[in-house]
Amino acid sequence: MTAALQTVGLAKRFGALVVANNIDFRLEPGARHALIGPNGAGKTTFVNLITGRLMPSAGRILLNGSDVTVLPQAERVKRGLGRTFQINSLFKGLSVLENVSLAVTEHAGLGGRMFRRMGARRDMLERAFGLLERLGIADVAGLQVKHLPYGKQRLVEIAIALGLRPSVLLLDEPAAGVPSSESRIILEVIAQLPASVAVLIIEHDMDLVFRFAERITVLVQGAVLVAGTAAEIAADARVREVYLGEREHG
Amino acid sequence: MAADSPVAQLIRAHRLRPTELLPWLAAVVAYFVFASYLPLGSQILIMILFALSLDLVLGYAGIVTLGQAAFFGVGAYAAGIYSVHVTGEPISGLLVGAAAAAVVGLVSGAIILRTSGLTLLMLTLAVTSLLEAAANDATSITGGNDGLQGVAINPILGRFDFDLYGRTAYLYCLSILFLAWLFVRGLVHSPFGQTLVGIRENVVRMHSIGVPVRRRLLTSYTISAALAGIAGALLTQTTQFVGLTVLSFERSGEILIMLVLGGTGRLYGAFVGATVYMIAQDQLAEADPVFWDFWIGLLLVLIVLFARGGILGLGDRLVLRFRRR
Repeated sequence: MTAALQTVGLAKRFGALVVANNIDFRLEPGARHALIGPNGAGKTTFVNLITGRLMPSAGRILLNGSDVTVLPQAERVKRGLGRTFQINSLFKGLSVLENVSLAVTEHAGLGGRMFRRMGARRDMLERAFGLLERLGIADVAGLQVKHLPYGKQRLVEIAIALGLRPSVLLLDEPAAGVPSSESRIILEVIAQLPASVAVLIIEHDMDLVFRFAERITVLVQGAVLVAGTAAEIAADARVREVYLGEREHG
Repeated sequence: MAADSPVAQLIRAHRLRPTELLPWLAAVVAYFVFASYLPLGSQILIMILFALSLDLVLGYAGIVTLGQAAFFGVGAYAAGIYSVHVTGEPISGLLVGAAAAAVVGLVSGAIILRTSGLTLLMLTLAVTSLLEAAANDATSITGGNDGLQGVAINPILGRFDFDLYGRTAYLYCLSILFLAWLFVRGLVHSPFGQTLVGIRENVVRMHSIGVPVRRRLLTSYTISAALAGIAGALLTQTTQFVGLTVLSFERSGEILIMLVLGGTGRLYGAFVGATVYMIAQDQLAEADPVFWDFWIGLLLVLIVLFARGGILGLGDRLVLRFRRR
């Protein structure tokens, strides 16, 4: 079966510094996959390479079977790649509804329209509002994002990504910095994502990882240390040494 | 969907409000009440159009520029040269000014919009300086330092001659500004305009939702250049002269000050800022011919210190405070 997302020998070097080293990775359609690793392992760099924020020094990136290695970010998004950011990256001066409607409108191919009022596309706004309802934040739809608590901003992050109707969704530490009372809501949202969407979650919270992921890839110093099922990873001595052990001692 | 739902509210926010007709009402009233000031009125209307063009790129798309005079000047010279060598027909002259400025905007934008921040600011300045130097050098085409001579404009639509009191010029400028406002208003409230706001707010996120950012910026830059070109062409047609000052750094700086004074990213900041600045300049120059620009500077310092968001921003805050009571 064609992978939803695949990297082959993916590498990124900044001079002598190797931040991604020959990464072979495969995300199956509809998979729930986690990418873990200690701080500085290169997880976010890997996401940035996949999304096109960074260009690789070597290797290939395949999205639903087609090579997107040299394509710009916008083209990858059009082909079904969505992402959230480790640190909120929102349109803070706009309302929650406007944030999500930007993504919905662009995905519908209407973002370049000049001669029709935004409000004339009620269907776009209602689709965006529907997403907010699904994520339980419809009550703050009219508020400017900068006035929301951090946990709700994280949900807006996810809503924007879902507005693109991605076939591959990269969630970069979706619960980072969120109080546990609010992270529960984020976990529920992630658990309810459509089965057709392949999800790669980058996360430090091991409880979340083992509850969510069917497969886990461990990244250390820019290279894949091991990949396997959650049970295999939990039982792997190398993983305990470099990551889980580090948590226990640190 | 309920009438007061967020979706309904957002739809309402994009509709034309009655208050948006106030500037037009004021302009028509001014035509009758201040009949002896119509030449100044025409200058104000031209500067409003020029400031509107700047607001599109600076206020909406977040492109920081000190080079808007490049397009104003190209439009002014193109309309002037067209009237000298082809015909004095004014409407086609405006279109020639818009087209010439749009071409310069497209070509220069394709190069300089690859940069951002201070580099972009310096490059916009450099483009204007290059054009000013070229206009100074090409004496046989532009008249160089002496300015372009022999500009003669035919009656508008073959019927309305430019008169000594500036009535025709005022109504002509008002009509063109109205059409430009209709266009720009439609643009900033369209999905395209909203993506410009998104780019200004967070360019990284716009890339990640699939927006071809550079293409959108270049499109807005070109449209803005065309509008500035029309403003420049209007100046040429109403004064029947083009001098090097249309391409000067001062011209770029002055229009930026007008926009900041009124408030950026609001559409109507251009109307308020240009009007206040031009009237203040006129009155202060009369009262204090030597130090008038000191008072303008002081006004700007006060606005920046106490009214971030310009005069309209200050108005918003006052309205908010009044409503809270």
